[in-house]
Amino acid sequence: MPEGIYCNKRPITTEEELKALLSDTRGTKYYEEMLSLEVDREKLWATIQKTCKSRTKTWLDVCARCGLCADSCFLYLVNDCKPEQVPSYKIQSTLGEIVRRKGDVDNAFMRHAMEVAWSQCTCCNRCAMYCPHGIDMGVMMGYTRGLLYSQGFVPWELKIGAGMHRVYRAQMDVTTEDWVETCEWMAEEQQDDWPGLEIPVDKEDADIMYTCNAREPKHYPEDLAEAAILFHIAGENWTVPSEGWEQTSLSMFAGDWEACKLQVENVYAAIDRLKPKRVIGTECGHAHRATVIEGPFWAGRPDGQPPAPYIHYVQWVAEALREGKLKIDPAKRIKQPVTYQDSCNYIRNWGLAETAREILSYLVEPGYLIEMTPNKEHNYCCGGGGGFNGIGKFRPQRNKALLTKRDQILATGAKLVIAPCHNCWDAIRDLEEEYHIHIDWSFLKPLLLKMVIVPEHLKPKDEEEGDEE
Amino acid sequence: MYAFLTGPMLWLSFAICILGCAWRAYMYVKGLSWQLDRVAYGHNTDLAVKGALKSIFHWLIPFASCSWRAKPVFATAFFLLHIGLVIVPIFLYAHVMIVAERFGVSWPTMPDGLADILTILAILAGLFILLRRFGLSEVRIITTRQDLGIMAISLAPLVTGFVAAHQSGDGNGWLLAHIITGEIWLIAVPFTKLSHAVLFFCSRAQIGIDFGTKRGGQRGSGIVW
Ligand code: SF4
Ligand code: SF4
Ligand code: SF4
Repeated sequence: MPEGIYCNKRPITTEEELKALLSDTRGTKYYEEMLSLEVDREKLWATIQKTCKSRTKTWLDVCARCGLCADSCFLYLVNDCKPEQVPSYKIQSTLGEIVRRKGDVDNAFMRHAMEVAWSQCTCCNRCAMYCPHGIDMGVMMGYTRGLLYSQGFVPWELKIGAGMHRVYRAQMDVTTEDWVETCEWMAEEQQDDWPGLEIPVDKEDADIMYTCNAREPKHYPEDLAEAAILFHIAGENWTVPSEGWEQTSLSMFAGDWEACKLQVENVYAAIDRLKPKRVIGTECGHAHRATVIEGPFWAGRPDGQPPAPYIHYVQWVAEALREGKLKIDPAKRIKQPVTYQDSCNYIRNWGLAETAREILSYLVEPGYLIEMTPNKEHNYCCGGGGGFNGIGKFRPQRNKALLTKRDQILATGAKLVIAPCHNCWDAIRDLEEEYHIHIDWSFLKPLLLKMVIVPEHLKPKDEEEGDEE
Repeated sequence: MYAFLTGPMLWLSFAICILGCAWRAYMYVKGLSWQLDRVAYGHNTDLAVKGALKSIFHWLIPFASCSWRAKPVFATAFFLLHIGLVIVPIFLYAHVMIVAERFGVSWPTMPDGLADILTILAILAGLFILLRRFGLSEVRIITTRQDLGIMAISLAPLVTGFVAAHQSGDGNGWLLAHIITGEIWLIAVPFTKLSHAVLFFCSRAQIGIDFGTKRGGQRGSGIVW
């Protein structure tokens, strides 16, 4: 069988196809069909010739096979230093082999490569800092994923994820109507406590356009409400676009570059339409990477910049605290041992280590912040990055990968982990559920809301009190 | 024979080495693609230059990168081997004299005693690196025959040169062997992994530009190597 009904080389483009694939519980039939999916060798080799240029080719060729990258990879360490987890081995035995064989590889090879690409590397880019040649396995694994995706060898959930972006321009089936309704609903819900609070949709020329992660409107709309309240307190002139509000990209995890382009162009179109002074994304790490760091290149912008200055939520919070737009009540600062999870996506890919520390200096009473070791640029991935969190097939490997972060957290003795990145947040939630180490974890927004001083004029007037029971 | 090896063949070897390396560097830069690499080449030039230099510098200077510091024994062996292979031949009295005789240009030389010590250390370092390949499972799994071949090609001129320099009387055989292995080494540079002699600088500069202009460089933090 060259191609299956569920498992094939065609990207999902319609809602029907998406629903059909979703109905295949846990991808049972999908993975069954994958066993006999044919490799289009000519196409594979043609793609490699077109896209495997200087940087990647040289990386593959000059790797000194020195093994310095081994210890840099948390997956190598956490898997009892299995030689198969050495970054260089992972790439040489997959991409390296495909290139050496000029694309002449079979089904079993591709399935193995899929397992390596999605369960042995979270594209955290840490190894790039430890290799004498500056070889970045995270980048190369991303490239390998693209090749695998184009041949249909991609985990079921990520095929769906990329399909979601193609169909809804969101990682979940949140339509424009759903989104706008959620904004209205959240604004309404806050009226009693926050008179005058708005979530303005499609306001032109605002100072800030806010974008988020589709999971927020879908699963925890409070996050959107919290963002609105904080902007309200800070007195920001802000808006959200009705279209182009979703900033994440599961297609980036899937290696579906075409879907990445479609997704990011949708956000950029909103920027062009509403002309905000700048854009602020939510706390999600991979969303930031997709839309701000890699996105400009997918969208064909040679200067590597989005159409308007686009910053991460952490940057806005630090600025708001610094400028006094948000003021923290000193009595409410955190006075328990707390630690901070650096998200690879905005530490090694956007340089926000110190910015995050600046925020913590406002939120945490001196002496209560206990840093993980290693941290900042040298931090380890939470264990669930690069799509790892969402792939059912690789759940056991993912759970094992969580041990690194678990032990790092345990070593700090902290009871609370501040984890702005959604993905890290998920991983930490899962590790608590899996290993019961009795910790709490939190995004920045709820913490800020607990501690921020609310200006008098924004507080609800008490006149109507007594009307209700 | 001797005349040929020290004459035309020597020039040919140098020419192949230098032109080949230049070609590899040229092809590397030519093959860079802002869209495929997702790096904005040609923008933020000062950050790019800063990032590239920082990236090269931290790895060229012993123990200047976190990775070197994390592996002090390997780093020491690495630098000793490279000093023996690159620095010693350039400043060796015997080599400088040959150039001076033929071209009338010369530069400072290093004492022979120091050259001897550095050569021995380089050979030992090479052997250590070789043993490490077999001893550590994380290195064994990625080792290929090419890696062993490269080490042999690199150590041969050091060993033969050392013996030739210390032979009293008829040193011709060893000297000849030294010249031949040296020429093999020169010719191998552009065609094998030894091309890292230039590609190291290309690759390091590229990732330095990546981190320096895109991944944090614009916020002043770049990356600490
Ligand atoms: S550290 Fe770099 S050069 Fe050494 S084995 Fe790893 S990828 Fe190859
Ligand atoms: S990118 Fe991260 S997970 Fe992947 S090989 Fe490198 S260190 Fe390991
Ligand atoms: S999930 Fe968090 S820690 Fe893991 S790779 Fe992504 S950003 Fe890094």
